[in-house]
Amino acid sequence: MNAGNDHIKLTYREALKQAIREALSKDDRVFLMGEDVGRYGGSFAVTKGLLQEFGPERIMDVPLSESGFVGAGIGAALSGLRPVVEVMTVNFSLLAMDQIVNNAATLLYMSGGQLNVPVVIRMSTGLGRQLAAQHSHSWEPMYAHIPGLIVLSAGTHGDARGMLLTALQSPDPVIIFEYTAMMNLEGTLPGHPETVNITKAGIIKEGKDISVITYGAGVYKSLDAANELSGSGIDAEVIDLRVLRPMDMETVFNSVKKTHRALLVEDAWGSVNIGAEVSARIMENVFYDLDAPVQRLCGAEVPMPYPKHMEDASVPQKEDIVAKLKKMLQHG
Amino acid sequence: MEKITVIPPSTTIDRRLGLNLLYQMMLIRRFEEKSAELYTKSKIRGFLHLYIGEEAVAVGVIQALTAEDNVLATYREHGHALARGMDAGVIMAEMYGKMEGCCRGRGGSMHLFDVGKRFFGGNAIVAGHLPMSVGMALASKKLKKSNITCCFFGEGAAAEGEFHESMNLAALWNVPLLMVCENNLYAMGTAIRYSHAVQELEKKGAAYGIESAAVNGMDVLEVEKAARAAVEKVRSTGKPFFLVCNTYRFRAHSMFDAELYREKSEVEEWKKQDPIPALRTKLMELQLITNNDIGSLEQKIENEVQQAVDFAEKGTLEPLEQLTRFVYSGPG
Ligand SMILES: Cc1ncc(C[n+]2csc(CCOP(=O)(O)OP(=O)(O)O)c2C)c(N)n1
Repeated sequence: MNAGNDHIKLTYREALKQAIREALSKDDRVFLMGEDVGRYGGSFAVTKGLLQEFGPERIMDVPLSESGFVGAGIGAALSGLRPVVEVMTVNFSLLAMDQIVNNAATLLYMSGGQLNVPVVIRMSTGLGRQLAAQHSHSWEPMYAHIPGLIVLSAGTHGDARGMLLTALQSPDPVIIFEYTAMMNLEGTLPGHPETVNITKAGIIKEGKDISVITYGAGVYKSLDAANELSGSGIDAEVIDLRVLRPMDMETVFNSVKKTHRALLVEDAWGSVNIGAEVSARIMENVFYDLDAPVQRLCGAEVPMPYPKHMEDASVPQKEDIVAKLKKMLQHG
Repeated sequence: MEKITVIPPSTTIDRRLGLNLLYQMMLIRRFEEKSAELYTKSKIRGFLHLYIGEEAVAVGVIQALTAEDNVLATYREHGHALARGMDAGVIMAEMYGKMEGCCRGRGGSMHLFDVGKRFFGGNAIVAGHLPMSVGMALASKKLKKSNITCCFFGEGAAAEGEFHESMNLAALWNVPLLMVCENNLYAMGTAIRYSHAVQELEKKGAAYGIESAAVNGMDVLEVEKAARAAVEKVRSTGKPFFLVCNTYRFRAHSMFDAELYREKSEVEEWKKQDPIPALRTKLMELQLITNNDIGSLEQKIENEVQQAVDFAEKGTLEPLEQLTRFVYSGPG
């Protein structure tokens, strides 16, 4: 890393916060709007203290009106500002879906290239702590379905801090997914926030035997599984897709060409998810490089149940990834 | 202009009603204090939203309903469930995530349902249940049933589009719906002055042609009287009614709230209006009850809550093989 940018330990939450602070400091057009981002201190304490630091014009608490304030963010973006709209969690973004799909994602195309919508919409996603069916959704696939959006998934500390800064440079609407379950997780990063690339997938761990392709909450889980297996002679490559739309397939194809096997891991429901798309594209493009069928580990297709044992059984765990990788390599 | 009824303070009360209201409020209070304790012991997980301070609203309103009427509430619904006559043990078991809970443990604190009691949640997307309540009232009308529907929600919910759509639909279709807004002045950390341009919420009824009233939600007798009058109107006219109960939440929004948004002194000031001692004092002054009555109520409630905890402790976890059961209605 850069000279004079010594590494520091920080939580995922702190990484998100540093990004917001940096964005607000760098550009006067940037402001944050969202439910309880100010006086409450952020529902996950990400924005705690920012109201005091930047004032209510730049840290705007909004009423419970998701369609209203997301739409207003889009309008402000059309009119020269750089709004960062926080939707408390992905679960509530459904109320704003019309604004995102029919306005943010469509205006540039529909207006024949006249209207750019440089809005950034952040939302936390995934299961948290036994929050049950209405508060545990993983809806990255739904957003990744929509042309016109750039959809990012911050599965690492570096992306939690870097993606926002790059997203704010985009002339097109960007959705950033942040992971509820990772807020307290510690990581190590350079001292100062830096922009990151938002067009490429990332190779989290290189390996030669099999490609584990994942994103979001799957990244550290898959990395843990891969590290555990390296002792037993299995050398898995872990790829974090990072950009769910438009997806960087080159990195995926190169990995599959090297390892000849792929396991796709995600928390979202299996039917019509990110893994389904990646699998199809592998078949279409690098089928003859495969030594075995592509396999997937996905969320069980149930509304999330509340009890711990059932919640755990509803998404792939590290142990499931380990078992699956072993099986795939034995049967290769 | 639709009229805004001003409810005069209650005048008549007898021993039986007084004791019953007091018992219900004390049961809710004790049940929730116990729940908070069990949360810190990790027996209960997920989100836990306490109703402490607001008991007079659920108890007063539900008192005015019949067993055939439909009740819908939010995620802050332990009080409503108990007031509706749901068994404390079954609710506690649900919060323990046990099979013996009202929803087999799948819902937890935020999703209590009991069709037998015509208690329809337990809804955790703010304002998500309001349109459903309109539909339930519409069904009563179409099926020529005499029951009405009663829907509870917070003042935060009244900022959502679904509130406004529901109010309009209810009035447009003339359906027997009692909309009860529990205005506790805060939506998480957002004070009503930051979420409503017009803070006298009862005024909103007029815009839709819905008769409205506001009542002191810290006085169970006033609430009961106002609710009885409102229910009577809804039943006799078949039209909706909007009842605003002004109240206050004594505890944090949920177990994750540092309460940065309000002064401790404000909370202490409101505690002086605590509905439980207020009713107790009133009943004593009127010589309708004695200290002995209070003692035996406390004992009865202590036993009931302890039995609820024992029941939950002894409960069993749903076997994982049943994870996908009830995603659809067929055998699963
Ligand atoms: C649509 C939606 N947006 C945001 C949330 C997160 N949230 C849960 S409760 C709450 C505050 C609701 O306040 P209010 O309606 O006044 O009810 P109270 O909690 O005060 O009883 C918020 C913002 C949610 N559950 N649903």
